[in-house]
Amino acid sequence: MTAGVAAAIAEPVGDPSLATQVGQLAKRSIKKTMRQISVLVPGIVFPLFFLAVNSSGLSSATDIPGFPTDSYLTFALATSLVQAALFGVFTGGGALAQDIQTGFLSRLALTPMRGAALLAGQLAGAVVLGLIVSVIIIAVGLAAGATVAAGPGGVVVLLLLAMLFTLAFASIGVLAAVLTGSPQAIQPVFPLLFILMFLSSMALPRNLIEKDWFRTIATANPLSYLIEAPRSLLISGWDAEALALGCGVAALIAIAALGVASSRLRSKMLRA
Amino acid sequence: MSGGGLASVSLALAGRHLKKLRKDPGLFMPTLVMPLFFFLAFAGGLSAVGDTKDFGYPDYTSFVFVFVMFQGVSYCGVFTAFALADDLESGFARRILLNTPRRVAIISGFALAALVQAIANAAALFAIGAVAGMQISGSVPQLLTMFAIALVLNVVVTLFAAGLALRLRSNQAGSLMLTPIFIALFLAPVYVPRELLTGWLKTAAGLNPLTPLIEACRGLLVGNPVSVGLAFACAAGLAAALSVWALTGLRSAERSGLK
Repeated sequence: MTAGVAAAIAEPVGDPSLATQVGQLAKRSIKKTMRQISVLVPGIVFPLFFLAVNSSGLSSATDIPGFPTDSYLTFALATSLVQAALFGVFTGGGALAQDIQTGFLSRLALTPMRGAALLAGQLAGAVVLGLIVSVIIIAVGLAAGATVAAGPGGVVVLLLLAMLFTLAFASIGVLAAVLTGSPQAIQPVFPLLFILMFLSSMALPRNLIEKDWFRTIATANPLSYLIEAPRSLLISGWDAEALALGCGVAALIAIAALGVASSRLRSKMLRA
Repeated sequence: MSGGGLASVSLALAGRHLKKLRKDPGLFMPTLVMPLFFFLAFAGGLSAVGDTKDFGYPDYTSFVFVFVMFQGVSYCGVFTAFALADDLESGFARRILLNTPRRVAIISGFALAALVQAIANAAALFAIGAVAGMQISGSVPQLLTMFAIALVLNVVVTLFAAGLALRLRSNQAGSLMLTPIFIALFLAPVYVPRELLTGWLKTAAGLNPLTPLIEACRGLLVGNPVSVGLAFACAAGLAAALSVWALTGLRSAERSGLK
């Protein structure tokens, strides 16, 4: 247990406030992730690698009649932001699973620390890291020539979306951690979501997908809406429907995953 | 196995690994399922790219099939090397090496197992591609040549991954084996012919030794062979260089006490 968390728990006058608990746990979560280079580096490198490969490899896709922009780099930047957010599965779930496995959670259960604070702390750490990675990806994309049709305000909303999407994926990681209590069990969640991304509208807009069966899969795939929300800001400006769908899907994922996770965590802490 | 020759030890090791795969198909499935997902995603999601001006290849499903087959045979090599790393970590490989005068058998045995896996993998992917309606207009010898190139790639990847496994002797080395292969494959012309690539990727694809292999196989699949000799030359060069890499890996393992 880090000194900060211990201090927060051991405050002599009454219980530490929820905000203090969350703050200390978030700080601990960020520090732990920063030390895990094997999680942090791929979280930045992979999305940038795919951005570089796809923007050069698929630039001829902009010749397809009806393609919404003449820059595939701009088109692909949204996908990279969602890919980066996917790593929230590790940053949110990995640390919590480790805490369960090592018995840290059981020790916390003996303190006034609330389960909600534990979840919020893990998620806050993942979201802050997601924000840092998104800033890097957007900066690299803009430096390479991508544009944001929605202007500077659009960049701010892009970052807010990236944080919301990281929260959604981190919630899935947290759920997997609470259900399995094993960091190893978190590992297969990421490739599963990564593959699911390839079955979305990540490479072409849905209306330009020729194969009906694939368009149906992409339409049913919630990840398509996560990609299309930031893409709308990059390509067409302010599109309320795309933004609402993206935010709605992300919020639903987060609420559903956290609902189950918090009830399971409560019973786990009671047992401990 | 005591005192066995190179061939008998290699066969025994390959047989042991393949038996493990038969007992636990879950070990083989990722090498087939991952490429299949990419096949679905690319052939289904990107087929409109095949209609663009200057694409110049008759069928987009056939075009992406070759990349997918390369992924499949490469994963067979990498996943077999994962098993080698496991054996090295658990000490099983040490017991084998103590009992055989030709230690290179540990490489050839696992390479043989990977090759058998790759044959099954490429055949399964080809059958799925055929059912999916990809254009196959190459003659039988041309198709066999295409498979031969893919299998040489499998050997190349196995040698690379085995060299790493022998040096690191830990199953934690898995991502170090897989990532360079994944990157090398994506630095070839994956989505469109090389002529349609732009910027740095065009240069990278031009320098990538896997590019002639993928281009030759794409030509052979539709009966329009291109740069087949260059493909074999690149594959042979890679195989020679990576044989040295794997053998020096074996020496490194021996030096570290695997005697």
